[in-house]
Amino acid sequence: MTALLEIRDLHASVGDKPILKGISLTINPGEVHAIMGPNGSGKSTMSYVLAGRDGYEVTGGDILMNGVSMLEMEPDERARAGMFLAFQYPVELPGVGGMSFLRAAVNARHIEAGEDEVDQLGFVKLVRGKARDLGIDDAMLKRAVNVGFSGGEKKRYEILQMALLEPTMAVLDETDSGLDVDALRIVSEGVNLLRDPGRSMLVITHYQRLLDHIVPDYVHILAGGKIRKSGSKELALEVEESGYAGIDDAA
Amino acid sequence: MAATTETIEQVKEATGTYKYGFVTDIESDKAPKGLNEDIVRFISARKEEPEWMLEWRLKAYRRWLTMESPDWAKLDIPPIDYQDSYYYSAPKTVKKLDSLDEVDPELLATYEKLGIPLNEQKRLANVAVDAVFDSVSVATTFREELSKAGVIFCPISEAIRDYPELVQRYMGLVVPVGDNYFAALNSAVFTDGSFVYIPKGVRCPMELSTYFRINEQNTGQFERTLIIAEDEAYVSYLEGCTAPQRDENQLHAAVVELVAMTDAEIKYSTVQNWYPGDENGKGGIYNFVTKRGVCRGDRAKISWTQVETGSAITWKYPSCVLRGKDSVGEFYSVALTNNHQQADTGTKMIHIGEGSRSTIISKGISAGLSQNCYRGLVHMQPTAENARNFTQCDSLLIGDKCGAHTVPYIVSRNPSAKIEHEATTSRISEDQMFYCLQRGIGEEDAVSLIVNGFCKEVMKELPMEFVVEAQKLIGISLEGSVG
Ligand SMILES: Nc1ncnc2c1ncn2[C@@H]1O[C@H](COP(=O)(O)OP(=O)(O)O)[C@@H](O)[C@H]1O
Ligand SMILES: [Mg+2]
Repeated sequence: MTALLEIRDLHASVGDKPILKGISLTINPGEVHAIMGPNGSGKSTMSYVLAGRDGYEVTGGDILMNGVSMLEMEPDERARAGMFLAFQYPVELPGVGGMSFLRAAVNARHIEAGEDEVDQLGFVKLVRGKARDLGIDDAMLKRAVNVGFSGGEKKRYEILQMALLEPTMAVLDETDSGLDVDALRIVSEGVNLLRDPGRSMLVITHYQRLLDHIVPDYVHILAGGKIRKSGSKELALEVEESGYAGIDDAA
Repeated sequence: MAATTETIEQVKEATGTYKYGFVTDIESDKAPKGLNEDIVRFISARKEEPEWMLEWRLKAYRRWLTMESPDWAKLDIPPIDYQDSYYYSAPKTVKKLDSLDEVDPELLATYEKLGIPLNEQKRLANVAVDAVFDSVSVATTFREELSKAGVIFCPISEAIRDYPELVQRYMGLVVPVGDNYFAALNSAVFTDGSFVYIPKGVRCPMELSTYFRINEQNTGQFERTLIIAEDEAYVSYLEGCTAPQRDENQLHAAVVELVAMTDAEIKYSTVQNWYPGDENGKGGIYNFVTKRGVCRGDRAKISWTQVETGSAITWKYPSCVLRGKDSVGEFYSVALTNNHQQADTGTKMIHIGEGSRSTIISKGISAGLSQNCYRGLVHMQPTAENARNFTQCDSLLIGDKCGAHTVPYIVSRNPSAKIEHEATTSRISEDQMFYCLQRGIGEEDAVSLIVNGFCKEVMKELPMEFVVEAQKLIGISLEGSVG
């Protein structure tokens, strides 16, 4: 079986500063992996490197999706190939209506596949249906993308986009941050609904509590730009008890 | 033709002989190159105008001779040789193409991107469907329906003949012949344009629209439009089109005058996409336009909406004179410049009436090597008790070789008047671009989305059926500006 995502000895720098210092990770189809780590350990950097963001330079190693290297692909090409990133800090797009934005994203895939653009009315229905599951009302769909959304609303909106775009590889960066208990439950349920044998997820979090809701198959501890420890979901509990303090030493 | 010949005879008498000897060629399509009193007479004669119209033109021409081209705008205008242009070309049917297969594929690709329906594409590309005229308004098919409602919508040359008392009363009232250099020139040599008259209490039953286009090289375009809305009348008028208008350097100096009486409302929208020149700044249209409306009656309202993406140089300030008590003026503008384009555009709100209100929303987008300047005046006269203005000017820069400038002039002669002004300058952030790209949206579409978001408050003022096309136009005009 080809891995859905294979990260091979990945090194990456921001500016001249090396942040990722040799990360290897294999994610098979349908698996959910969690990445935990202290602030500043390079979790968001890793998500940006996977998504191909400008300014995040790969200095060594490779990233393969379904066996094909993504290093030469632009961020939008990677996205259309199935890579999705739920942002830690979703970006506001003033004046850009939610529906037009979502439609543009879905249409970009249709156009690449040589299919017709989405039918406007059918699309609105589809979005409304998925939005309802996430507690997103029509009024919010009519607003400009992320503008004036609360922290929780922004996170739910990220998951709505994931539900619509149906990625094969979803990276969720601190989707739990800024969520109260109820919102955390709604968002986690939304994510769990999207678990699928053909879809893999990389769930980045600082806290163990998210992993009570989205139960991972594997847990990795990232510190100082390297994976220090990998294990089953029990590893998350271990970290919860003893903190990240001992991890660096263990390496 | 009898009337023409007669007028020509009169002109002959008045001027002795024709220096340029083209009178024998009266059936020809063009007046010879150049500008002088004989050319003005020729145009007037060719259009079978009454004597008063000729006098009006001559007065304007003589006035123009004493004037100088304005130099206060932030524009670099190459010297224009007014003697090197044709000022009259007759309406003529351009040879029809048999099918769209004969049309320049690049042009078709642009129509496609704009989402222009097939029939409309044919009309624009001059494939046999309908006659295409140069300089003379396309005869409108809606006229019968409009006349049932009592609305007059016709070429201004017809109005001069058929409704002389209306034209005499109103033409030049809002923009006097000597108002400015380009308006004076237009007054002397205008060839056609539209005339709209909405009688008291009538709501015009449809959107009035006209496609102005330039088909012939070196034919200066001088359109003249006059719209009058009587008490409680309403009209929405759309000028221009999103399809690109290609041509060589050409001067386009239009004049538009609006008159709104008590409780009347005029909504005037423009989508301007004249050829902007190539990416090296070669060619392109000079668009030097005078547009002004007067709210003569109480509670009258005039609203200007413009989406300006074309032209090499734009000099344009659609304005409102708010005479009536509680009258309202609005200006919603998107001005987009790319490559070597230059735009100096804005508005003037002249508050005279008590309680008059105005709103100015200007969105300037500069990309490439272009220069984009908002220039606006808010003038509160001593009589403008409790008048109010709100102005918002936002500039968006794409790249680091373009310029955005905001030049607001404020004159307040009434202490009770309130003026608010907000201005911002921003760039498309890398965060925003990456967010769109990560969703699979390509770079150019992402820029188009973000820029259209920036322009939203203005776009929503456009007539519904034009919004989608105008949004696509914004995207197309920015092609090649990123990356
Ligand atoms: N744009 C940037 N420029 C410079 N340094 C950065 C940038 N982004 C992240 N870093 C640095 O990279 C390291 C990892 O940051 P980040 O990936 O955001 O960590 P995490 O998400 O695990 O909190 C930190 O030391 C941070 O300061
Ligand atoms: Mg982070």
